[in-house]
Amino acid sequence: MSTRRAPNAEVSPTALTFREAIRQAMSEEMERDDRVFLMGEEVGQYQGAYKVSEGMLERFGERRIVDTPIAEGGFAGLCLGAAMVGLRPICEFMTWNFSLVAFDTLINNAAKIRYMSGGQFTLPIVFRGPGGAAHMLGAQHSHALEGVYAHFPGLLVVVPSTPRDAKGLLKTAIRDDNPVVFIESEVMYGQKGDVPQNQELIPFGVADIKRPGTDCTIVTWSKMVGVCLDAARSLETEGLSVEVIDPRTLRPFDAETVLASVRKTNRCVVVHEGWDVASFGSWVADLVHREAFDHLDAPVERVCNADVPMPYAHSLEKAAMPDAEGVVAAVKRVCYK
Amino acid sequence: MSKNQANGARRDLLLRLYRQMYQIRRFEEASAKAYTQGKIGGFLHLGIGQEAVAVGAIAALRDDDWAIATYREHAHCIARGTPPREVMAELFGRIAGCSRGRGGSMHLFDASRNFLGGHAIVGGHIPLAVGCAFAAKYRSEDRVAMCFFGDGSASQGAFHEGLSLAALWKLPVVFICENNLYAMGTALYRSLSVEDVTAKALAYGIERDRFDGVDVLEIHDRIKVAVDRARSGGGPTLIEVRTYRFRGHSMADPAKYRTKDEVEMWKKRDALPAARRQLEEWGITDDELIALEAACETEVGESVRFADQSPEPPVEELYDHVYA
Repeated sequence: MSTRRAPNAEVSPTALTFREAIRQAMSEEMERDDRVFLMGEEVGQYQGAYKVSEGMLERFGERRIVDTPIAEGGFAGLCLGAAMVGLRPICEFMTWNFSLVAFDTLINNAAKIRYMSGGQFTLPIVFRGPGGAAHMLGAQHSHALEGVYAHFPGLLVVVPSTPRDAKGLLKTAIRDDNPVVFIESEVMYGQKGDVPQNQELIPFGVADIKRPGTDCTIVTWSKMVGVCLDAARSLETEGLSVEVIDPRTLRPFDAETVLASVRKTNRCVVVHEGWDVASFGSWVADLVHREAFDHLDAPVERVCNADVPMPYAHSLEKAAMPDAEGVVAAVKRVCYK
Repeated sequence: MSKNQANGARRDLLLRLYRQMYQIRRFEEASAKAYTQGKIGGFLHLGIGQEAVAVGAIAALRDDDWAIATYREHAHCIARGTPPREVMAELFGRIAGCSRGRGGSMHLFDASRNFLGGHAIVGGHIPLAVGCAFAAKYRSEDRVAMCFFGDGSASQGAFHEGLSLAALWKLPVVFICENNLYAMGTALYRSLSVEDVTAKALAYGIERDRFDGVDVLEIHDRIKVAVDRARSGGGPTLIEVRTYRFRGHSMADPAKYRTKDEVEMWKKRDALPAARRQLEEWGITDDELIALEAACETEVGESVRFADQSPEPPVEELYDHVYA
């Protein structure tokens, strides 16, 4: 079940916000390994543009919490170079939109150097920050880029939806020897959830069934998990039992859990931010069509952004985003209700 | 022996550098031949005429320093110590290549010799060098990163961002612009508003040096100043060495955008025969030099045979090395 919707009055002592979970993961890993450092814009003195790294400068000092100029291409490349020679950088993008300025380093360097050197170099680096739309940020600040990055072999792509997943997956990401694209969400940073206080590491490539169900499988990730859980509760009142599967990592992708669910429910809807065309969701739909064709009672549906750059106006932004109503409608279509 | 008899160390250094330059030139000529025979695929960017810069500069490094270069990097890789036969095998796309056949001419890597590639997006590797220097400072090591790039890179954002960060944090990196006067086929005056590349150093408040790369010892000495400065905490230096490639941008380029006179003028300034003349002046006999040259030619010939005989990477290994 979702930890995201736990009512505040019942929050246990281990409840953390999403941003606190990220901060704990980084801080714990920095405590145990001096090679880990955090670099990015406003991560230090400003205490983080979204306060994710609040207090970390005081705790770890300027050597390991490094404020940068506004130069994503430069500092992302710098971090990768440091990873090539043995450090374990956490490279923060204030938002993933700005990673587009560093796209060359992520794609031509991070995703390629190990392969094109014949395995001589190891690149233990995490690129992290918030992705997707928030509230009326306009076209240049609302990109959901996980599908873009998942396109490239050589990168791992992590898209957590709860504080617990965020912490456990980020710790795994920092300890992993590969370049990891770790996409958070500005909208989720304040959301609370229970987080175990032991050293929980959540492995990559293991989906989490956020809600079990029998009539339809929804595959979704990041903040769309919350939207889909809302839709699932609404559908329950109409007698439809929906299984919500959160792959948590797109690369590697836990196809088995998704396919096992579809073989049970015989129906599938894929929900994510970002555009439909050439998206990660299109690959998931294709996978389900190919691998579970005989089990499907309807073609796989997808719910994504409207095919426009993100508009500013509230009414238009709302219309452009996947929402619970749209998910409910898609589930009903595949269930022929 | 002449006036320089006292300085046997200088003579020995020049002899070593001459040997490397000679070997690299013969290596590149052999690779050009192999390319025309269809044994090498893709692009092949020769640095014939530019060898002295890589050889002189890399000789100023310690083994534990790092070097990183562009797609025109056969010389740098060999100067760093990678056996020519491993480089040739890489050009041939063979398993015995220094990148196990995954890289090719543009992506030579040798982690064991701290040679970090072999990068084919112009300027894209410059921040990587700055990252090595950052790591050195982070770990309180006195290691230095040396970054080679062409004049074309000076127009790229990555060049400026790399310089900016290195300057800001006083990182131990030496930026070496191998200015061969052409960004592919575009002459310098058509691509840079200020032809003095080191003018950019003023904007970032770092040290600079600028000279013609016609004397390998001078190249070594002047770059050594920057390496020592970086090592002792003095921060980065931007160095521009004017040089010239005698061939086109790649094997596909007949270089019709240059005049014969210009090419001939630079060939007269070739650092390779100049080094030989200096060695003779310092008392190395022609016979000794011929023996040294013959040894280089033998090694280059052997590298081609080695590459020819090395198997291609097995297809079962297609997916190896994508992830750690």
